[in-house]
Parts: sequence; C-alpha cells; structure tokens
Amino acid sequence: MGRTLAAKVWDAHVVPRGETDHTGAGGEAPDLLYIDLHLVHEVTSPQAFDGLRLAGRPVRRPDLTIATEDHNVPTADIELPIADEVSRTQVETLRRNCAEFGVRLHPMGDVEQGIVHVVGPQLGLTQPGMTVVCGDSHTSTHGAFGALAFGIGTSEVEHVLATQTLPLRPFKTMAVNVRSRDGSLPAGVTGKDVILAVIARIGTGGGAGYVLEYRGNVIEQLSMEARMTICNMSIEAGARAGMIAPDTTTFDYLAGRPHAPTGTQWDAAMQYWQSLHTDADAVFDAEVHIDADALTPYVTWGTNPGQGLPLSERVPDPNQITDEGERLAAQKALSYMDLKPGMPLRDIAVDAVFLGSCTNGRIEDLRAAAAVLAGRRVRDGVRMLVVPGSMRVRAQAEAEGLHEVFTAAGAQWRSAGCSMCLGMNPDQLAAGERCASTSNRNFEGRQGKGGRTHLVSPLVAAATAIRGTLSSPSDLS
Amino acid sequence: MEAFRRHTGIGVPLRRSDVDTDQIIPAVYLKRVSRTGFDDGLFAAWRAHEDFVLNHEAYRHGSVLVAGPDFGTGSSREHAVWALLDYGFRVVISPRFGEIFRGNAGKQGLLAAQCTQDDVESLWKVLETQPGTKVTVDLSEQTVQAGDLTVLFTIDSYTRWRLLEGLDDIALTLQDMQEINEFEARRPSWLPTTAMPAGRPPSR
Ligand code: SF4
Repeated sequence: MGRTLAAKVWDAHVVPRGETDHTGAGGEAPDLLYIDLHLVHEVTSPQAFDGLRLAGRPVRRPDLTIATEDHNVPTADIELPIADEVSRTQVETLRRNCAEFGVRLHPMGDVEQGIVHVVGPQLGLTQPGMTVVCGDSHTSTHGAFGALAFGIGTSEVEHVLATQTLPLRPFKTMAVNVRSRDGSLPAGVTGKDVILAVIARIGTGGGAGYVLEYRGNVIEQLSMEARMTICNMSIEAGARAGMIAPDTTTFDYLAGRPHAPTGTQWDAAMQYWQSLHTDADAVFDAEVHIDADALTPYVTWGTNPGQGLPLSERVPDPNQITDEGERLAAQKALSYMDLKPGMPLRDIAVDAVFLGSCTNGRIEDLRAAAAVLAGRRVRDGVRMLVVPGSMRVRAQAEAEGLHEVFTAAGAQWRSAGCSMCLGMNPDQLAAGERCASTSNRNFEGRQGKGGRTHLVSPLVAAATAIRGTLSSPSDLS
Repeated sequence: MEAFRRHTGIGVPLRRSDVDTDQIIPAVYLKRVSRTGFDDGLFAAWRAHEDFVLNHEAYRHGSVLVAGPDFGTGSSREHAVWALLDYGFRVVISPRFGEIFRGNAGKQGLLAAQCTQDDVESLWKVLETQPGTKVTVDLSEQTVQAGDLTVLFTIDSYTRWRLLEGLDDIALTLQDMQEINEFEARRPSWLPTTAMPAGRPPSR
C-alpha cells in the first residue's frame, strides 16, 4: 500500500524503531526520530540550556541549530537597551547560551533577525522532507515546504539539543481537501480565511493527534506565503503539524536562498523532493473537504480560533447551540468579548489593528494590506501597528515603498518581532480594548490582559483600519 | 525525575473546557529564565476573581485538577506544566489534552490522566457537593477514586512506564548513541547546516 507524505518523511528519519516493550503492559516504546533542523528562541530555551549545563552535556549538533530573538524584543527604538528588565535578562541569557554552546544567533538589530518561523524559510533552511522542531507551537508553519515540522516543549528542546533526536509516536494523518471549480479563491478570500474556515469546521480539538495534509487544486495554486499561513494555524485545530506536498512553487521559492543546495547537490535534493507526495493508493486516517467556492472572508467572534464565522454573519446566539459544552464556551466567550448575540459582525468597532506575526507578517501580507490602504487613512481613534515578520521583510517592504503607504495612512511602521501577537514586549492591548489582528490566537488576554482579539486576514485588517469596524475591502467605497 | 505511583490529595473541579496554556499561565509570566517559581502565574487572570475555584478555602491546597475537555491546548510553553507543579498539582484529569501539553507533563512527572466526559462530570459532582474531598490516583491500576466513586483513566503505556520508573528521557536516548552516529553517517550531503554560507557577511 502507498504511503502518505507524512509517513514518507517520518520513515526517512527513524533512527531505531521503537519495538521494545518496556512496559510489560503491551505498550510500545516510541520511535526515535532524527531532527534535521532545530530553531531556538529566547522564551522556551533558557531552562533547556540550563539542563545541559547541569548534566555537563554539549549541544550535539550546533550546526543544525539556529537561534533568533523574537518573542520579547521591542519593535520600536531597537537600538536602545530593552527597558523591561526581565525581558532583557531573557534575551541576554539566550546570547550567553548561544555563545557558550556555539549556536548561531541572529540578535536584535541583525539583518536576519525576526520571528523564528519567518527566518527559517527565508534563509532557505526549511526544505522539503526535513524534520524541523522548535520550542514553539507554530513550528507547523514549516510544513508548507513538505517538511514534518512541529512544536515541542522545553524538556524536548533540551532533548534535541543533547541528542538531535526525539522519541515520538507516529501521528495520525488527516487529508484536508480544499477545492474550487478552477482552483482559485473567491475575490477577497485568502489563505487565512481558508484556515479559519477549516478550524471552524473541525474545531480546536478536531486535529488532535493528527498531522493535517492540505491538498486539492486550491492549495496547489497558493503561494508559499499563503501555504505557510495555512500550515501555521494547524496547531489551532489541535494538530501536531500541517503539511503540503512540495511542487514547483516550493522549488522556485527555495532556489537561490542562502542555505538552499546548488549545482549537483540541488539535483540530488530534487530527486528526493519530487518523491514527497502522498501516493495515490495511500489511505488517510481521516478526511475533510472544504468547498472553496463558498468561502468568504472569515473573522472570529470568540476566544478560541474555532469560534469564527463569515464576516457577513451575525454574532451567534449561544441559546441556539445544542452542544452543552459549546454553548457554555460561547456564553463565556461573548461575555469576555463584550458582544451581544445577533449583532452584525460588520458593526463591531475596534480600537486597534495589528498586522504582523508568523501567520501574516510576510512580504505578501504587507503588500496585500498596503494595496488596500494606499491613498486612504486609518480611521481616527484606531491605532494600527504594522510589524514585519523579519528584518528582511522590513527591508524588502521599504525597498518597495510599502512603509510609506502605511505611514501615510497613519499606521505605525515597526521593526521585526512577535510584538502584539502575544504582548510579551511593550506592544499590548489595554484592558477592554478590541483589536482586529492577523495573528493566530484570540485567547483571553493573549494580546494584553483584558484585551479582545478578532482574528482576520491582512485584507480584512486593512479594511477594518480604514472603516473602524470589522470590514473587508469590498466594504470600502 | 521522581517516580510516580500513587497520589492522594484534594480534588479541584475546574468546570471549563478549552483551557489553553495562555490561561494556565499568561505570557507575561514566561520571562523568567529559571525552572521554578511559576506558581504565581497559574491561572493568573482567573485567580483575580474572588469566585474562582482555587480562591475557595476548601480547594486552595488542591493537588488533583479535574478539568473539561481540551485542557492545555495552544502554546507549547512548558511553563504551564511547571506552574501547575509549582502550585502543588500532581495530577490533571481531562477528557482530552492538548498534545504538546500532555507530552510536557509526561516529561516533568505531572500525571495527565484521561477520563471520559461522563466520569469527569461524576467527579465534578463529588468534588462540588463535598468540597475538600481527597482524591486518590493510582498509576499502576489506572484508577481515580473520590469518595465512593472509582473511575478508570487512560494514559499511553510508554509514558506510564517512564513515570512509574521515574526515567529521564535523555539518558534513555543516549543509550542509542551508536545508532544515532550511524544514522548521521547516512544523511544526504545536500541537507542544510546552519553554518554561515560562504560569501555572506557574518551576522553581528
Ligand atoms: S508571532 Fe506569535 S505565534 Fe508566531 S512565534 Fe511569535 S508569539 Fe508565537
């Protein structure tokens, strides 16, 4: 029988198979999986490096490890020392650890600094068929290249640093088929809307235990950026990873990047890469189908990414939800979000708009938003932050003059980092403030204590900034 | 890691589903570089409300948390597990866990026990009608006992074995060093390394 894409990558990385029955209870030890690339950032690594020091262990493969500063870093006045003492300590700890253990680091102010999931692909370090891990759940982003990429906890970070492997059980596989008549998406619909629709369909736990493989003619026509947006949010459906089979779009994106193979090495790599697709007779453990012709821009109304609806709808009435758990969750969400059932989503007024994050902080996202903002103004009373995903993205945007579009519209043009995606740096919502955000999590307090988040695409973010209420570009006169 | 066989402590009913790790410990508490002292961040937003379950005297010293489905979803932060342990929890019971959270828990000796939704409901009833009830969780038997109620839980057998034996994952893996070396020797040469490519300026 044929194998899925995920199974092929898995099989190619098994060191020993976990056959031994240690348990005496019929249980099986996990496989030991080799890790090709380990991405590191300041928040989830200090305790792992500490563990190494305590045990007197080196980093086994510093040459397969790379670090960047992203979660804590300020996005304004970056030449000054970090004002928040605790953030500064964390960043300085990463610098010390990388120096001590010989790990390459892109610190604040460096041309390659940025959000770890933007930096890896842009350097060409993320390639098809690799195993990629990071102490960050949105590592699933890298699956857009046909890599098996997933987030790990700090104990596992330490495990990978020490051994370059991880003991793991194979994930189950789910095909997410996204199709339309001709493979295109309706006007105004983006990768972000696709993934929000997928999560609304299968729920925040629907992907638990699975790696999701996105397939179908719509996926095939998407850019690498849009594919990364989709894979990025696989974790919000509870999945360990998302994957997309590599194709010419992938290869074209990779060619010429700093760490992409060249010459005969490229040819050899291509041979492997072209084998990386699910065989026709392979069987998935589960399948879902999304009719992309029916999609419209999506926004979330609640406090988990599964609580989303088309922008044209109204805030749902919890009393009409039959499942008791979901009803309770919806009630709690509406009270936190301060929304009334029946209110049109388009009438929801925001205080802030955040364009950025590892979901939608890439050049294509900035271009899309800039095209909407060009010649228009951010509405009075709304503050808009534009935070490029990396310093390279920032430089590219400036070369294209996008920063001038943003600043002329009244938005703030910032340096790279996670910023208001999680509010570990000074970019936060105040209690009660409402934000349209291109990030990936609308959890309570995610963007600042008491802050309220609506997840949106870059197009909706830009239109919302202009009108002041949740809007899509088609609402602009 | 300390071995886990059986634990008895006060059960805490947390009637919530989708308790993501941002709720377990908000990001602002993640800035420390130590591995301990995260208890003040546990459920920080909810603990500010007087009526939150852990603010009731009977539950304050709880060590067995009984939560709704999809506990520990979202962010990979292991701080969520550290915060629960630092507060004094040894066991979390839920019908379904976030995957990374469950893995992290297993590494740190926090037992993530999966019970059916119905059993969680029954446990909630016992813990709410008799606040302060002691719950006994037995890992070898895979049982949870609260008052007259005994229910079963599931856990993956490998994690169970490691918890029972108190084994450190890294030490286990280092026993396979020979095979890791052989695997590395077979890796294709076109795979990238993070060594700075030639012809590019070094990073500052
Ligand atoms: S941008 Fe947000 S989701 Fe992405 S790595 Fe940073 S904090 Fe995590």
